Amino acid sequence: MNPLVGDQPFPVAARAAVRDEQLRANLEHATRTIRAKRAQVVSEVDDWEALREAGSALKADVLARLPELLVQFETAATAAGAQVHWARDAGEACALVAGLVHAAGADEVVKVKSMATQEIGLNEALAEAGIRAVETDLAELIVQLADDRPSHILVPAIHYNRRQIRELFATRMSGVDPATLTDEPVVLAEAARRYLREKFLSATVAVSGANFAVAETGTLVVLESEGNGRMCLTLPETLISVVGVEKLVPTFADLEVFLQLLPRSSTGERMNPYTSMWTGVTPGDGPRQVHVVLVDNGRSDTLADPVGRQALWCIRCSACLNVCPVYERVGGHAYGSVYPGPIGAILSPQLTGGADRSLPYASTLCGACYDVCPVRINIPEVLVHLRQSGVDAERGHRSAERTAMRTLGWVMRDRRRYAAALRAARAGAAPLRVAARLRGRSTVRRLPWPLSGWTASRDAPLPAPESFRDWWARSHGRA
Amino acid sequence: MGAREEILTRLTGGGVRVAVPRAYRQRGTTDPQLLVELLTDRLLDYRAGVHPSPPGALGATIAALLAGAATLAIPPDAPDDWLRDYPGEVRHEPLSVADLDATDAVLTGCALAIAETGTLVLDAGPTQGRRALSLVPDHHVCVVHTGQIVASVPEGLHRLADPRRPLTLISGPSATSDIELNRVEGVHGPRRLDVVLVI
Repeated sequence: MNPLVGDQPFPVAARAAVRDEQLRANLEHATRTIRAKRAQVVSEVDDWEALREAGSALKADVLARLPELLVQFETAATAAGAQVHWARDAGEACALVAGLVHAAGADEVVKVKSMATQEIGLNEALAEAGIRAVETDLAELIVQLADDRPSHILVPAIHYNRRQIRELFATRMSGVDPATLTDEPVVLAEAARRYLREKFLSATVAVSGANFAVAETGTLVVLESEGNGRMCLTLPETLISVVGVEKLVPTFADLEVFLQLLPRSSTGERMNPYTSMWTGVTPGDGPRQVHVVLVDNGRSDTLADPVGRQALWCIRCSACLNVCPVYERVGGHAYGSVYPGPIGAILSPQLTGGADRSLPYASTLCGACYDVCPVRINIPEVLVHLRQSGVDAERGHRSAERTAMRTLGWVMRDRRRYAAALRAARAGAAPLRVAARLRGRSTVRRLPWPLSGWTASRDAPLPAPESFRDWWARSHGRA
Repeated sequence: MGAREEILTRLTGGGVRVAVPRAYRQRGTTDPQLLVELLTDRLLDYRAGVHPSPPGALGATIAALLAGAATLAIPPDAPDDWLRDYPGEVRHEPLSVADLDATDAVLTGCALAIAETGTLVLDAGPTQGRRALSLVPDHHVCVVHTGQIVASVPEGLHRLADPRRPLTLISGPSATSDIELNRVEGVHGPRRLDVVLVI
């Protein structure tokens, strides 16, 4: 199964999700909490807009010279003792990682939370190669124990509340005493600490992603909170990092922009508890084998679209998910991709070459996502663009919508035809207007087939009793 | 064509170069008193301990903080006056990961501290040791001199001697927001962080 495409189109999956009251309650609580925290820490930064402008321009500039920067990164990282590998797609990336793990003689790896490895379906691929991947981020661990799919970029277990997490730990986590395990977050965090401690201390291979890769120095950067990242990046002998080619920043100094934008946008903190940066191998400190796998997996296709390419600016903060009225109600699973929410609605269809054309419609175009995006991705613009290109791709095929539009086009091209059609619509709607007035409304809830599809999720306005032209002629006389 | 060449070829044509506007603030205050106050406020907000100490009382301040720690790991070049009053067992490198796991606390310095974000920056330089040292023990005591405090993130990154050293930015004790998006202190990294400010 492709981690970027669900088994159902968005409208079908969303219909089931909005009926899940527990899910909606969990999401509402969590997104409200994080929205308030983000707003608070962003409001205390007086140069926030200037930082956004800089972050946005940096990302656009990086995309304009990716090949040059990638080669620069490769040269610097290699000089520092890292081995750089290249993967065209998910299959190639997974095979590379599995090969490196086997070469290190390991059958288990500890993992730092990484969207890139989720996107390529690494855990499943490693399992097929006989390698067990242990997720060490608390939320990833919850999802893994539940045999579930992630539903949020930053907090993959956002759809679970504390009672549900307690149940999972009590039944699925080895070494836990259900009698003493409460649903206090502190107690649950302690249980995860004890469960993973032995894994960290004995693991020989770790797999991570990277938030940023610095072209100038060959440095990789990981931001995290729990310390599981530091454990994985520091203790094992071998470290393999899977990095999307768009993660580059030109210089080390450019991190000053993103290290201010990302923590405040994602967890609503002035700074996340831990940020690790490493450049190749440092003798006597950390892994002795450092690998970097640079992954394309649909990014070059996305880059080729002048409007859509801004989706590659994304730094995976998830602020757009937390403010989205659609995401808050349906949750992440309905999007069918490891990238849900507004950014997922523009990123997933582009990375897959349009596998799910319903995703760009999973939005009200309210624009809240654009307002909070720390790198100013104009998500509504890309949504509209992808809707348009989705329609363009269907041209030549027969559909009810196309037939209706073609007929409408024919009617509206001629003034007499149009006036006649309006008269017919007014006459036809007269009984409906009477019925609606009796109910105190000016709209129709359900139209008969074939227009019932339109009113399935919205009310239809009734035609006005008189057209503007008729009103003008009646009240002003024919001039 | 190999993967590398094919990817590099396919990634051409990603648009035109863009000038980066740098209107954001590069510097903050340089007033030592304000820097100490700001750093203290931020650290306390993360629920780290903050302990001002005159240079002469450093040994006593550290010993008091480590009252509950029977064993202490230190970097190879830890100054003698840090340990003058500590009565417990001091463990010297080389230490295995298992040794570190069985050690109660660790005492290090730092490369610098960023006041606005309450961040300690360790770069494996003097008085810091390697990364595992400040990670595995459950209690981290970090000594910060006032001259090491800068106001902003840009100033902090500029001041680093060599960005290619292994870097760890620490902003409070280990924490998670993974349960209902509420911050809870204490997961895998040190659950207790104490900062000794040498004033």
